Order: sequence, then C-alpha cells, then structure tokens
Amino acid sequence: MSRPRVRLPRSASAGEVIEIRTLIDHPMITGLSSPEPRDMLERLEVRMNGEPVFTYDFDNGSSANPYHVFFVRIEETSDFSFVWTHEDGGEFSFEGQVSVG
Amino acid sequence: MTIHRRAFLSASAAFVALAISPKPFAWADLDDEVAAAIRAAIDGRDVTEGGIDLDLPDIAANGASVPLGVIVESPMTADDHVRAIHVFATRNPSPGIGVFHLSPANGRAEVSTRIRLAEDQEVIVLAELSDGTLLRQSAFVEVSVGGCTT
Repeated sequence: MSRPRVRLPRSASAGEVIEIRTLIDHPMITGLSSPEPRDMLERLEVRMNGEPVFTYDFDNGSSANPYHVFFVRIEETSDFSFVWTHEDGGEFSFEGQVSVG
Repeated sequence: MTIHRRAFLSASAAFVALAISPKPFAWADLDDEVAAAIRAAIDGRDVTEGGIDLDLPDIAANGASVPLGVIVESPMTADDHVRAIHVFATRNPSPGIGVFHLSPANGRAEVSTRIRLAEDQEVIVLAELSDGTLLRQSAFVEVSVGGCTT
C-alpha cells in the first residue's frame, strides 16, 4: 500500500537534464461518487539537495496510483527526496542520489 | 523595393500581433464552477493562446487513467521560466485536476501524468510564466468509459 517507486539515473554528467519518473500506489478516492470516504494525496514535493525542484498539487481529476514525469538539470552529485503528503497529514517518502563526475 | 519591404514588414508585424496577442477567454462555453476555478488561477491577468504543446489522446479508452503530457516553449532560465502549469477538466464532477510547480532547476518545461475524465470533454491547461504571463491551450478528449467512479 502506497509504496513509492522512483526511476532516477545512478549517474549523470554535469549540466545534464535528467528525466525522473515517480509512481505511488494509492486509490485516490475523491468521495464524490462512491460511498467510500475520501482518501486523497494532497501534494508531491521533490527536493534536490534540500531545494524544492518539482511540486504537484493533487486535485480530484488526478488518477489513482499517481504517476509523474519531469526533468531536472543536475550540476553536482545530488541527494533527492520525494515526499507524498496525504490530506490527513500522513507522508510517504523516497530518497535517492545521482552521482556526477 | 523599400516600399515593398516596408509593406511586407508591416503586414508580418500585424500577423504576429494577431497570432500572439492575448484574446478574451471563451467563458460562455464553460460551467460556472469551471469558469470560477480558471478565473481564480488567471487572477485578472491577460491570457495568450498557444505556446503549449498538449499531448492527450483524441479517444481515451479508460477515463480513469488518461495520459497527459505538457511541454511549454521556455528556456527555463532564472529570468524566463515556467512557474506553474494548471490543468482543468470542463465536464468532471469538479474542475480541478492538478497543478505542477516548476523552477529554472528543471531545465525543461516538460511534465507528464495521468488524469481522470468522467465523460467526453475539453481539457484546459494554463501555463504561468515567471513574468506573470499566462499561456492557454486546450484539447478535446472523447472518453469511451468514464473515469470518475471513485
């Protein structure tokens, strides 16, 4: 349940724009058209060396098992953190490193 | 020769002005809730048509998971980058799909995700640039099986 998966390259060259893919298992129940209570992620925040580089705010039209692809320009060996925050405040996270040089 | 060149320049200038000038939003076709959500994102600014490459299928077999790709023409520098990409549904139970927040660190203003579409509808994307400019693009998706069952 809610297991995050991230595809991050192990290494890159300085100045390279790398592609990052993320996927998390989550039903994303809006509660609008089913008797089940609302169960939604609110935000995915990605940081590179502590600085935010990509954020997605989820709304009702976001699919179950959220999937995102985006790019980041990398200049040095960098630590990435991925945090999915639920509307109830709970968090799911993933961490990884891309080495340069 | 000079006259021809001038005539050509003024004609092309008029064409360019027509192509990139902000146009009034087509509010009349939108439900109140959809119009209100888009208005909140626009926040009184002008909107320019185009400059966004929207990748959506013409026909989506399963509305619960429709692939969406957005590419905005931008150098993604500190002075000139895409700050946010807002995605709206025009015929879902609620208009909001999601908002991407970007920065110059992205290097490329290109994102993908999967969205829910309850029925055949137009998907509207607004890109907010670092100077406050808004770009708009939309695409119509025919949905075989609606996707707002959850």
